[in-house]
Amino acid sequence: MNQTASTTISRGFWDAPGGRKGIGAWIFSTDHKRIGLLYFYSTLAFFCVGVLLGLALRFELFQPGADFFTAQQYNSIFTLHGVVMIFLFIIPGIPAAFGNLVMPIQIGAEDVAFPRLNLLSWWLYMIGAIMALTSLFTGGGAPDTGWTFYVPFSVRTTTNVSLATLAVFIIGFSGILTGLNFLVTIHRLRAPGMTWWRIPLFTWALYATAWVQVLATPVLGITVLLIFAERVIGSGVFDPARGGDPVMYQHLFWIYSHPAVYIMILPGMGVITDIIPVFARKPVFGYKAIAISSLAIAGAGSVVWAHHMVTSGMSDIAVMIFSLLTFLVAIPSAIKVFNWVATLYKGSIQLDPPLLFALSFIVLFSIGGLTGLVLGSAATDVHVHDTYFVVGHFHFVMFGGTGFAFFAAMHYWLPKFYGRMYNKKAAVWGWALMTFGFLVLYMSMMIVGMEGMPRRYYDYLPKFTFWNQMSTIGSWFLAIGLLIVFVNIFRGLFKGEPVGSNPWGGATLEWQTPSPPPLENFEAEPVVTHGPYEYKKAGIL
Amino acid sequence: MSTHEDKGHIIPNSTLVAVWLALLVLTVITVAASRVDLGALNIWVALGIACSKSALVITFFMHMKYENWLFRLFLLIALVTLAVFIGFTFFDTLYRQPI
Amino acid sequence: MSETTHTAHAEHPKDYTGAKLGMWLFLFTEVLLFGGLFILYAIYLQRYPEGFKLGGDQLNVWFGGGNTLVLLTSSLTVAMAITALQQGRVKASLRLVGATLFFALWFLVNKYFEWSAKIHHGIYPKSEHLKEMPGGEQVFFNLYYLMTGLHGIHVLVGAGVMTWVMWLIRKGKVNPDDYVTLENAGLYWHLVDLIWIFLFPLYYLIL
Repeated sequence: MNQTASTTISRGFWDAPGGRKGIGAWIFSTDHKRIGLLYFYSTLAFFCVGVLLGLALRFELFQPGADFFTAQQYNSIFTLHGVVMIFLFIIPGIPAAFGNLVMPIQIGAEDVAFPRLNLLSWWLYMIGAIMALTSLFTGGGAPDTGWTFYVPFSVRTTTNVSLATLAVFIIGFSGILTGLNFLVTIHRLRAPGMTWWRIPLFTWALYATAWVQVLATPVLGITVLLIFAERVIGSGVFDPARGGDPVMYQHLFWIYSHPAVYIMILPGMGVITDIIPVFARKPVFGYKAIAISSLAIAGAGSVVWAHHMVTSGMSDIAVMIFSLLTFLVAIPSAIKVFNWVATLYKGSIQLDPPLLFALSFIVLFSIGGLTGLVLGSAATDVHVHDTYFVVGHFHFVMFGGTGFAFFAAMHYWLPKFYGRMYNKKAAVWGWALMTFGFLVLYMSMMIVGMEGMPRRYYDYLPKFTFWNQMSTIGSWFLAIGLLIVFVNIFRGLFKGEPVGSNPWGGATLEWQTPSPPPLENFEAEPVVTHGPYEYKKAGIL
Repeated sequence: MSTHEDKGHIIPNSTLVAVWLALLVLTVITVAASRVDLGALNIWVALGIACSKSALVITFFMHMKYENWLFRLFLLIALVTLAVFIGFTFFDTLYRQPI
Repeated sequence: MSETTHTAHAEHPKDYTGAKLGMWLFLFTEVLLFGGLFILYAIYLQRYPEGFKLGGDQLNVWFGGGNTLVLLTSSLTVAMAITALQQGRVKASLRLVGATLFFALWFLVNKYFEWSAKIHHGIYPKSEHLKEMPGGEQVFFNLYYLMTGLHGIHVLVGAGVMTWVMWLIRKGKVNPDDYVTLENAGLYWHLVDLIWIFLFPLYYLIL
């Protein structure tokens, strides 16, 4: 599609298929940029699946009563929406796609430490994804447990939960390998002069994320294997009739799945931290504080899992301790938000699309984070637990946070790897519709949740109708915004104006190499002499 | 050609055999200790001996003694994480009745 | 050696520290994988001290102890295999890895007989006999099968890894100048041993 224009700009790594042809040059490539793009397109495809499922859920909820789906179908659809969005999009989205694309270049490396292992990660991810989707159409029907697979229902339901848990295990393994690879890469492959305090903050965030991936994901692995064992060999360790304790399942599940929300959000925070100083034309405020707060979030986030279990029958002492610990996570998160705002303060701000998405991130994530405190405090959690307030909060953090960071990253870094620019005006329109639709969609959920509407039902009382309709209408605005963003960005990447090596004026290493970068990322091994946000020393300001 | 500076230290067979003998002795001790009724202490004695055996395996068989500090730091992080996961779960189960 | 096998990457010396760091990180994930089960063990032991004692009484300490000796010895042989290869004694190294493989299989044979005896007595997760036992004992035996089963799978994988490394040594791809693969295989094998060092007292010596 782009042979005609390709004469005008160097195609960099695109011209180095590694001796393979066609699709083989991609799915068997060990080049981190190609693997990053593989991840990008696969996660994006699953994101679109998830969006369609989400729209379907909102259609059903437009008015009370069963309109399009039966209760069972509705259960399967929200389970699938959750599994696809969480395990196939949000968790691998930023670290595996943009981490692979950008991180090795940011530290001045040619590739990751274990390129073949990197390719294996993607293959495992795809195998897991295919298994997850297969579980819908085989066995006893699509899983209907929600993405949390809580016992005893997940052990007793006749739907195809066994295959879905194996799929989650394999996807988890893929994430572990990516994390391990990144940790070794960041420790061993930094360019000369790239000291720890010169590492860009996106890479710092990935470093903290990688630790969580390596240490928490195995616990998810054993948890889903246990569900599998309960169903297949009848091991019964969560069955009270057999001496087991179902609450222990919830402990094991959340020991991973709470840290997992930091796997989801930390890389997003990293993206925002890299974008803001570039468009504020100012060094980032509090570099070390942001770097350390990433580690602090990873650490503190690993000891708060039981706040998901306040109403599970857990002991009151545990409720209080985990509630207290939960508030500790707010501290490093707030440090980041304050530092972003301080970076913008008195900057000469340039409102380009990446920054607009980043600003949306700050606002939406802050709302999500503050409503998280309502849930983190045991007294208020009891009232809103399992209502739409939780759903709203969760989407503010995950979609408003990680999702918008993903779009910010797309608008910020993709021109680098395609060497072409999208239409900025259309991007702004897409951003505006997305943000507006988002607020209507999820604010309505929070309100209707405060009014007492429980989550995970296909039907509701008539008094909740108004806010449900608002929510559904919001979802349409959001969908239109997404459509504009996608069409615009891909049109731009394949047909847009060529960009130079540094369209935004960044000082990190990825902007010091041509767009698209050559196969080995740099024409000569870079030597780093200044920090990642020192624009004066980099000669940009 | 790879440089040899970051390659492993060669541990003589005599050291390895001595470690193996120590592990066997500790195995005998742990079996013997389990025959003495110490009440709740039994489990802690058994875990203590298992930890010393692990320390021997990690230090010598797994060459940890000759690796740089980063390996030890990593090991510490992993073990602390596991200890926290186990320990914090007791905040719940110690203070309630079985469900 | 890099002239012969890795000409394409001759300018990139193998990063031994990086390779081992990666392996150690992988071992940590294994520790945490078993860690989930150790959490369950700890909680249930605290809840059912009596049931766990009764369960432990029914396990055969000779099987457990014997397998402990087998695994400890296999750890010794794989450690000696690395020393041998470092000293350039390729044949000795090959024999020592072979011995490790032999011990791994021996362990599995023992395990087979041990499990068969238990299953013969009607103690396995779905059996009616087990379901009639008090809750504590049921949890004990169910965890016993889960943990020794998962460990057994790791022994099996370890045996596969040892076979693969033997093939690499024979082919000369693992040799006195480039032996990090053997070291990493050894690290994996030692982890299998480490897990057993904890499983043995927790199951066979809870009296």
